[in-house]
Amino acid sequence: MSEFSEDEQRQASLSKHERFRGEYPIVVEGLVNRFGKQTVHDNLSLKVKRGEILGVVGGSGTGKSVLMRSIIGLQRPNEGNIEVFGRSITEAEPDEEIGVRERWGVLFQGGALFSTLTVGENVEVPLKQFYPELSATLRHEIARYKTIMSGLPEEAVNKFPSELSGGMKKRAGLARSLALDPELLFLDEPTAGLDPIGADKFDKLTRELQQTLGLTVFLITHDLDTLYAICDRVAVLADKQVIAVGTIPELLATDHPWIQEYFNGPRGRAAQSTQQRDNKKASGAMDKPTVTGA
Amino acid sequence: MDSGAQFSIDDDGKGGRRLVLSGPYLVSTVGEVDRELRAVDGEFSGVDLSGITEIDTVGAWTACHLASQHNAEIEGASDRAERLIKAIDAGEDEKPIRAPREVIFRRVPGAIGQMVVEFGQGVASLLAFIGQIIMGFASLIRHPRRFRVKALVRQLELVGVSALGIIGLMSFLIGIVVAQQGAVQLQQFGAEIYTINLTGRLTMRELGVLMTAIMVAGRSGSAFAAQLGTMKLTEEVDAMRTIGISPMEALIIPRILAAVIMMPLLGFYSACMGILGGAFIADATLDIPFFTFLSRIQEVVPMYDLYVGLVKAPVFGMIVAIAGCYQGMQVEGNSEQVGLRTTKAVVQAIFMVIVLDAFFAVFFTKIGWA
Repeated sequence: MSEFSEDEQRQASLSKHERFRGEYPIVVEGLVNRFGKQTVHDNLSLKVKRGEILGVVGGSGTGKSVLMRSIIGLQRPNEGNIEVFGRSITEAEPDEEIGVRERWGVLFQGGALFSTLTVGENVEVPLKQFYPELSATLRHEIARYKTIMSGLPEEAVNKFPSELSGGMKKRAGLARSLALDPELLFLDEPTAGLDPIGADKFDKLTRELQQTLGLTVFLITHDLDTLYAICDRVAVLADKQVIAVGTIPELLATDHPWIQEYFNGPRGRAAQSTQQRDNKKASGAMDKPTVTGA
Repeated sequence: MDSGAQFSIDDDGKGGRRLVLSGPYLVSTVGEVDRELRAVDGEFSGVDLSGITEIDTVGAWTACHLASQHNAEIEGASDRAERLIKAIDAGEDEKPIRAPREVIFRRVPGAIGQMVVEFGQGVASLLAFIGQIIMGFASLIRHPRRFRVKALVRQLELVGVSALGIIGLMSFLIGIVVAQQGAVQLQQFGAEIYTINLTGRLTMRELGVLMTAIMVAGRSGSAFAAQLGTMKLTEEVDAMRTIGISPMEALIIPRILAAVIMMPLLGFYSACMGILGGAFIADATLDIPFFTFLSRIQEVVPMYDLYVGLVKAPVFGMIVAIAGCYQGMQVEGNSEQVGLRTTKAVVQAIFMVIVLDAFFAVFFTKIGWA
């Protein structure tokens, strides 16, 4: 067992009416994932701090999505321990009630909206599932303001997913993942397939929501602009492990060839210079956003 | 543990009243208190949030809603509460969550009208599709080198060869059922020898081809629709067009030809298996030896029974293939359509086959092949 689960995490045991107060909402230790003979993760460890946006990067096939699926309990790892909000996901039976599901929201790559329900009804699904005691009026109101909060126009509430564009589907998926006011948000490549303007807006929205709602965000991405713009720390997956976690300057200081190639390649440099330009524009005008926690 | 959300009403010191909310106002706790709060009547000057221990957007929404309902001020909000209230402070236009629904006496005629229109459009586009197929054949006849032999052979294998097992087994069993059930009835007249006539003529004329057509519709018609539909969704069909390959020549004509060629063969095979099944059960239960049964078949089944089956089979094959390909090419939009169209393809094919079979039955009787 880890040093964290002993004291800190235990202390911060989950009360139904309180937000998580421990330091690390996600603790992954010694994770091993194998598919047949292929090992995807070998003794992988990672800790996500409360209130941060952690970007997870890695080449194709390094198991970013598998890591996320392991954490949210969709993929049973071969070995290792995963704790979310101090509760072990790996020791729980699949579908067992361990009181963490209502504290996280997941945005899948394609949005994964239920196609026979409208956007508003999609947002209502988790509310109905977990809190059937809410009155229908309140539920409708929640669905409506969550939709608007996710940057969709009011009219989108009673549209079906097939009537939405790709970017709007992602926003609708985000609205559903925020339905229960989660403390932890998983985003799987949220800006993939969006145009640069849409991607930029989505990044800003993620940042804004993270700050107002005090979210911890686990963000898988290929988008270097996203990394520079909104991530507090970045975890790099390579060689079946998390080879480095840190802020981008910290990562640049390491000499791992993949990290160097990733951040110093032509795209990496372009994103970097954009970020510097933005910072210059923004400096003075407003303070650097601070990470909000409890 | 009673740590749920609560509220009370007290004086604001200026002759008015105010609502004091306390406890955690979270999505998990607010359900009960929200109902009670909505039922509260009267004038309030303020909503006091200072007693709230935890708040999320749902709690903030409740407070906001309350304040605007009673025209009251929000007081004592924590930083977090204030931030949340600001974030959700987006217009309160009442837009229904569900898609708008018409009243029933307008919805039903509307749906019927739509069905009629869609039926008309369906007939038109099916005719257009058949026209395209004919044009495709015509252009292939003019440019025979464009004909895709490999695709045809592949489809012949899929439609025909790989169906042999299941169609054989099914026909054998049906032969058994027909012979056995027929024998039970014929025995009442002491005429069980006519079981041979019954089995032989029925399988050759009707059952062999009909059951095969149904099987091919289920196996291959559905596969055509699903394959073509998926190819349309992934834009493979469009890609072919841009490269200059006609989907009609590369995809549809080989499938239709394969079904047309294979159906008579499979139908005949099915009839033979049915007779074998009949002979088997006759040998086992009716004391008619196996080979006597088979040699009697030659005498009691006229040659034109075979022709009846062989004439119908390619027509049925064509119907099944066209239904599958047409529905597949109609797929648009999302993956849900693939399932929908595949179902339609099979249902339409089987329905058309049975309707046509009835016409054929009358026709062949009229021309003397009874």
